Amino acid sequence: MASIRELHKQLIQKERTAVELAESTLESLQALEPKLHSFLSVTADQALEQARQVDAKIAAGEAIGMLAGIPIGIKDNMCTQGIRTTCGSRILQNFVPPYESTVTQRLKAAGAVMVGKTNLDEFAMGSSTENSAYQVTANPWDLERVPGGSSGGSAAAVAAGQCPIALGSDTGGSIRQPASFCGVVGMKPTYGLVSRYGLVAYASSLDQIGPFGRTVEDAAILLGAIAGYDPKDSTSLKVDIPDYASSLRPDFKPRSKLRIGIIKETFGQGLDAVVESAVTKAVEVLQSLGAEIQVISCPQFRYGLPTYYIIAPSEASANLARYDGVKYGYRVEEADNLLTMYAKTRAQGFGAEVKRRIMIGTYALSAGYYDAYYLKAQKVRTLIKRDFESAFQQVDVLICPTSPTTAFKAGEKTDDPLSMYLSDLMTIPVNLAGLPALSIPCGFDEQGLPIGMQMIGNVLKEDVLLSVAYAYEQATPWHTRTPTI
Amino acid sequence: MIDREQVRKVAHLARLELTDEEETQFSGQLNSILDYFEQLSELDTNNVEPTARAIDVVNMTRVDAQESYEARDRILEGAPDRDDDFFRVPQILNEG
Repeated sequence: MASIRELHKQLIQKERTAVELAESTLESLQALEPKLHSFLSVTADQALEQARQVDAKIAAGEAIGMLAGIPIGIKDNMCTQGIRTTCGSRILQNFVPPYESTVTQRLKAAGAVMVGKTNLDEFAMGSSTENSAYQVTANPWDLERVPGGSSGGSAAAVAAGQCPIALGSDTGGSIRQPASFCGVVGMKPTYGLVSRYGLVAYASSLDQIGPFGRTVEDAAILLGAIAGYDPKDSTSLKVDIPDYASSLRPDFKPRSKLRIGIIKETFGQGLDAVVESAVTKAVEVLQSLGAEIQVISCPQFRYGLPTYYIIAPSEASANLARYDGVKYGYRVEEADNLLTMYAKTRAQGFGAEVKRRIMIGTYALSAGYYDAYYLKAQKVRTLIKRDFESAFQQVDVLICPTSPTTAFKAGEKTDDPLSMYLSDLMTIPVNLAGLPALSIPCGFDEQGLPIGMQMIGNVLKEDVLLSVAYAYEQATPWHTRTPTI
Repeated sequence: MIDREQVRKVAHLARLELTDEEETQFSGQLNSILDYFEQLSELDTNNVEPTARAIDVVNMTRVDAQESYEARDRILEGAPDRDDDFFRVPQILNEG
């Protein structure tokens, strides 16, 4: 499986054309699809057309960017004009967006070749991709296990080599947790770094789009292409975007003063011994590379999960009010008045987890409960944010496991929502604080399942995170392993 | 405690028609999720300001100018039911 840099070199040295690359990618994508089910749509015609345009540029002697001709999978909650965007929901089964999301627009302009839309938990609500209304995606390392979620299709596709890179979205861990389960690099940038225009909203104060790659460099290249101010998103940050990829050096060593903090509260009860041991060893590697290690306490970390499960469903209950069967999407046939049409359309269009979160959110925001739940959660959110602020006065990067366990079996947690929520325990506080974080492979358990380490950075310190992750990656063999499917 | 009647009320607010089975299932599950939320009461938040958005941005403004939207037809094409340039919906008011 080649990296972006290698593929780019093949294209500009005319060892293969972009069309040939697209064709061979589509072929292996389709060959693996009956086992993995990572894609909800495969966009072969559009991919070949985009690849032809890249080839024309190369033939005309024009310089092409790093992503030109590179195949990519897009999570199916990002709007693609003229291409069905389902969000993994029945209620959007026939939705063809009239406009293009900013991220896919930027990728198109960069010449990237979208090969398809990837599977997800319905409306990005879930941790296993089992909540998709269409199909269950398999983990490439063990087909009986889940790829994580909600961006499970993107993570599985990159891990299996169905496409070299992909986009996901992360509201409470939906990029990092599947990256961990599938043994790839996945990053959630600082809130506001990447435009959310055209991303179907789940919880607007937490949602953020980010990259998946098999290596840190691939993720860095992709992040560079999608990051940056967008007037169409009122939470978009007006900041300069560094060249993330070019700051990664093969001979990079962390600065002697690089301070890394281990989050004390994430170790102990509920953490698999094998995950704990892998992350501990990874920290030793970073220490041997010159980083200074400290133990940091974030006392409110564990309150992240209940806080999130009030805030996110509350925002979701408002965001999902738009699915009413009037302007687009599914509408029930048999309804003799408007109110009945709404209630029946939503009953048939939404799956169980989405309904559950709409119910939680509606309850938390309803008269008499607002102060006890929503306002309380927003205040605890402040406390969690303060924990991180004080931690980043002491260290540059925080480290903890990405998820307490490796990938679990399909069906294992579907009947118990709370136990499913627990797999996002380590990732959720980061969204509440709006910080950048990534998951990078740091070992394998005795069954050969990948283990992920989470690195958390301060606001807009993506470049620091990527450099440290790159140094770790270059010092360890994990990224060279690939699943046998 | 959230009882069946409350589940029904919340479902109505959310415009969700629930089956009997769903009402029973949600009553149980919502109760255990609400119990789980209880741990937040351990924290004293009396003098804490709420956070609505983790990263502050200043108010974003733009010139309030009219622009024509080129994708009008594409929007109308997505309608479950339409009548020329209108979205059609079932009856809103009761007759009589």
